[in-house]
Amino acid sequence: MTPEEVIDEIKRSGLRGRGGGGFPTGLKWELTRKVKAEQKYVVCNADEGDPGAFMDRSILEGDPHTVLEAMAINGYCTEASKGLIYIRAEYPLAIERLKIAIDQAREYGLLGDDIFGTGFSFDIELRYGAGAFVCGEETALIHSMEGLRGEPTVKPPFPSESGYKGAPTNVNNVETYASVPVILLKGADWFSSIGTEKSKGTKVFALAGKVNNVGLVEVPMGTTLREVIFDIGGGIKGGKKFKAVQTGGPSGGCLTEKHLDIPIDYDNLIASGSMMGSGGMIVMDEDDCMVSVAKFYLDFTVEESCGKCAPCRIGNKRLYEMLDTITQGKGTVEDLSKLRNLANVIKDTSLCGLGQTSPNPVLSTMDNFYDEYLAHVKDHKCPSGQCKALMSYIIKEDACVGCTLCARVCPVDAISGEKKMPHVIDQSICIKCGACFEKCKFDAIFIE
Amino acid sequence: MADIKLPANKVQELRDICAKFNHEKGELINVLHAAQGIFGYLPAEVQDIVAEELNVSVAHVYGVVTFYSFFTMTPKGKYPISICMGTACYVRGAEKVLDEFKRLLDLKVGETSANGDFSISCLRCVGACGLAPVVTVGEKVYGRVAPEDVKGIIAEYK
Amino acid sequence: MDIVKLTIDNTPVVVEKGTTVLEAAKTVGVDIPTLCYMKLDDMEFENKPGGCRVCVVEVEGRRNLAPSCKTECEDGMVVNTHSVRVVNARRTVMELILSDHPFECLVCAKSGKCDLQSLAQDLGIREIHYQGEKSHYKSDHSPAIIREMDKCIMCRRCETACNDVQTVGTLSAIYRGFNSVVAPAFEMDLDHTNCTFCGQCVAVCPTGALIERDHTWKVMDAIIDPKKTVIVQTAPAVRAALGEEFGLEPGTLVTGKMVSALRKIGFDYVFDTDFAADLTILEEGTELLGRLSKFLAGDKEVKLPILTSCCPAWVNFFEHHFPEMKEIPSTAKSPQQMFGAIAKTYFADQLKIKREDLVVVSVMPCLAKKYEASRDEFAVNGDPDVNISITTRELAQMIKNANLKFTELPDDDFDRPMGESTGAGVIFGTTGGVIEAAVRTAYELHTGKELDRVDFKELRGMEGIRSATLDFDGLPINIGIAHGLGNARKLLEDIKAGKSQFHAIEIMACPGGCIGGGGQPYHHGDVTVLKKRQKAIYEEDAGKTIRKSHENPYIKKLYEEFLGEPCGHKSHELLHTSYFDKKKKIEI
Repeated sequence: MTPEEVIDEIKRSGLRGRGGGGFPTGLKWELTRKVKAEQKYVVCNADEGDPGAFMDRSILEGDPHTVLEAMAINGYCTEASKGLIYIRAEYPLAIERLKIAIDQAREYGLLGDDIFGTGFSFDIELRYGAGAFVCGEETALIHSMEGLRGEPTVKPPFPSESGYKGAPTNVNNVETYASVPVILLKGADWFSSIGTEKSKGTKVFALAGKVNNVGLVEVPMGTTLREVIFDIGGGIKGGKKFKAVQTGGPSGGCLTEKHLDIPIDYDNLIASGSMMGSGGMIVMDEDDCMVSVAKFYLDFTVEESCGKCAPCRIGNKRLYEMLDTITQGKGTVEDLSKLRNLANVIKDTSLCGLGQTSPNPVLSTMDNFYDEYLAHVKDHKCPSGQCKALMSYIIKEDACVGCTLCARVCPVDAISGEKKMPHVIDQSICIKCGACFEKCKFDAIFIE
Repeated sequence: MADIKLPANKVQELRDICAKFNHEKGELINVLHAAQGIFGYLPAEVQDIVAEELNVSVAHVYGVVTFYSFFTMTPKGKYPISICMGTACYVRGAEKVLDEFKRLLDLKVGETSANGDFSISCLRCVGACGLAPVVTVGEKVYGRVAPEDVKGIIAEYK
Repeated sequence: MDIVKLTIDNTPVVVEKGTTVLEAAKTVGVDIPTLCYMKLDDMEFENKPGGCRVCVVEVEGRRNLAPSCKTECEDGMVVNTHSVRVVNARRTVMELILSDHPFECLVCAKSGKCDLQSLAQDLGIREIHYQGEKSHYKSDHSPAIIREMDKCIMCRRCETACNDVQTVGTLSAIYRGFNSVVAPAFEMDLDHTNCTFCGQCVAVCPTGALIERDHTWKVMDAIIDPKKTVIVQTAPAVRAALGEEFGLEPGTLVTGKMVSALRKIGFDYVFDTDFAADLTILEEGTELLGRLSKFLAGDKEVKLPILTSCCPAWVNFFEHHFPEMKEIPSTAKSPQQMFGAIAKTYFADQLKIKREDLVVVSVMPCLAKKYEASRDEFAVNGDPDVNISITTRELAQMIKNANLKFTELPDDDFDRPMGESTGAGVIFGTTGGVIEAAVRTAYELHTGKELDRVDFKELRGMEGIRSATLDFDGLPINIGIAHGLGNARKLLEDIKAGKSQFHAIEIMACPGGCIGGGGQPYHHGDVTVLKKRQKAIYEEDAGKTIRKSHENPYIKKLYEEFLGEPCGHKSHELLHTSYFDKKKKIEI
């Protein structure tokens, strides 16, 4: 096959970037091919940073050769002779196996100079991440590989024009590359026969959270959330009620009951206010407070923001603080409209994909669980009983037998009472750790 | 900043690594990984050497070290305890596990105990979400950790 | 030339391909506000990280707002710079930036000159809807520069100045996210780093995060002390910029008014650093000719090219970055320090007072001069040759404090003897000026002939590195000029590699030379301000009757009465110095 034929095959297969954006892979390859340059690079983004997603790790540990093969194929198409894999330092086993695979490939002449006498040379090196989520963004990733702070730059120029060391660079993630060999082996028609109209093939999801079966799940595009969560995932743990599923990691949104029957693909997820992301899927049940969930994701974004642009650096911090105020029961109804405006401005003005998507958890929970927000700011109640500041542990006088167990486990000595007499919790001392609640054998403690 | 003496053989090892990387500026992060491997952490003196070897400003090195959470300027404990705070672990109660470690060891996140035995840090997803919540002590991984298990884990290392 | 056509705010615009939306908008009278953006044409300074997001505009068909400073115009683009969406976003982002900024405007050194403050005013911010935790960093009070990073807005201009333009590498962004800030390694104070105190970070800082150390109170203390005689010297670049602080057009020469103001403030004698500049030329020019004639006689050991040494930031630069070359620069002290050395000996003798009772104040366009004045080697028994160095901006403050209506002051003359100067002394204030002044003297001393023209236009200009070959009566002399330490570095690397063909090189640390110094009135990114100041300097030179340093009658008298001959014994003692290796040593 000529490089053009390979690219054409990939284009016809309908493969889209599995790292989150969903950009057509064949087109990306073609763009890099078209740019004329002495040196080009093939980069594999293995900085799998979405908490709760580990499909890339499983590929790299299980079958690193597919990725190497696809990178070499990309090098063949884009006329690049050098490949770089940017991998998280937190994945020592994957690094180990990649090293072995690269050595093996060199040994068999699959990598190196003049591969199989074709005149095509290609080799691959490893570069290590160092714990920065933003380096999943391709310009930040490139800067990190260049030994710089992982700060993204404004696109355009795209890496296909000016990437690593200023040279045209094709960046795809692990799962995308891993799809390439099989497409070329079985043909574009086979691949595109799987999936929906605009999202072809299969997608791996990392199913986690409050479901019975957790782990990696590979399903054809177009499978519904209900099938994934209830058929494959075996339903909600402990027979509790399904509340929401977060897809797309910190950049994604929370989907609810009403989204369960939508076929999962790139476009449907975006239309529902979330995104594919790298395929994280975290299931939440009735015990989860959606304001706290949004706060948890914002905490992550605040921690991982690179700090280069003002809306992401300061805006996300303010979003977090407002959510914190709300979970403390100190929010107001006006705060909710401020929250929404700020979230929209951060989305609209941030420099890179991190900031442009970081408010999604806030916006999607506000869209789908506005009542919960209202309950926090109007009634100062947390309907799921998760917000510590909004709840109190109280001992039911008639159920307490005075066994003293609760007083003994209380870490702050907030519980007092005579033996065999009903105990009381001093609310001014109680830190709401829940130790007494969990230990009480007589169900004498309840949460209000 | 306190002046510390670095062992000469380790310094030479670091210089050799820089040479192996051709003193390339672009290899800074790889070099820092190696340096942290040698010294266990990246004190100012180590960053000075790296800057000199790669011909970049020490401010730049420091800017990079402080950007990436994997790099640390304080020595970790003999038994570094890491609690995964990824989403899957979080929804399965990682925070309570973390609180228990903090309480039992009387340490904050990022601190090392006075005798140098334990340090606590938070991780972002080790990719073992099926075992959530996950705790690692050195290389050893503990899965499905409940707050009640914390005491036992610590006892293994005392 | 490729042309693109687009629409900005319903107005058709035609621009060259590669033009940004921000620049294109300017051509049709649309001034999009900016904050982090700063571009100084010809000075190799360009800072557009696209970080503040204040300059965002709406581009039809794009999902998100686009930063106009970083967005290139495309054919058929439809841009709206003030839709409700844009204005709301811009104001919200501004509120966010302000929410992480101290509300200390009333007592901030930058008040009234602060880009952040004026932008807040322009956008009509009256309330900050998003309040929360503010960043706190330890402040740093070096002898020259104060860093109060609570006021940093992460525009990164200082980082660009320090790294890309000056290649000094003292500053870097550190940490990430909300905690990120620009700082030296390990957040050390500047005086423990390789900082040259060139002050270009201060010159470009939009807020009060980076400012000069204020020494005006020290000057006033000296003036009111009856036991002290207080004299002042003013650097050449000051007179070409001071007027800006009083609303005068950039490039307005205010020499006479400045002298008048200094007298009214209470200085006992008002002198001119230009006098010492003439003295510098005699010393440095003689040194150059000495090295040159040794070289021509076949001496292989002689150090050439000779490098000028009047710029203290430049001296700091090679002491930190090129200590192995510390024998190459001229040993001549800077004009500020020559002035101090002569004042505390020759002039103090004339007044019959002890040196300790004479207070020498300098008014400089420079922050490194504050550091230079405090160097140990420039003091005798702990008494510094120059006691206090203040900037152009600080002088403006003192004039305001003295309730003087500056623009209406009469023109006054400097005092004698140390107020008399030539045109050669004046041009020290701009890039190319020191070497031109040196050439005027060296030529005549070397050839024994009188120059038929004193204007060496081939040495003038704003290009970062310039060179010219001058004919010294049959002897070709290769001159190099660099301004901006990044450019200086290039010439030094050449010398180190043995590739340099120059006999003499002039180096000034600041872009444009002293007219662009870190102590000058803020240019706010307008490079024409620097060019106008340069023009004014050459005008003052052209207007002088004497334009060659060696013809300054008071300099001649100084040699006759006191110094003997240039580079003689007394000169060496008072007017020359040596340099130190300040490269950080790693101890193991």
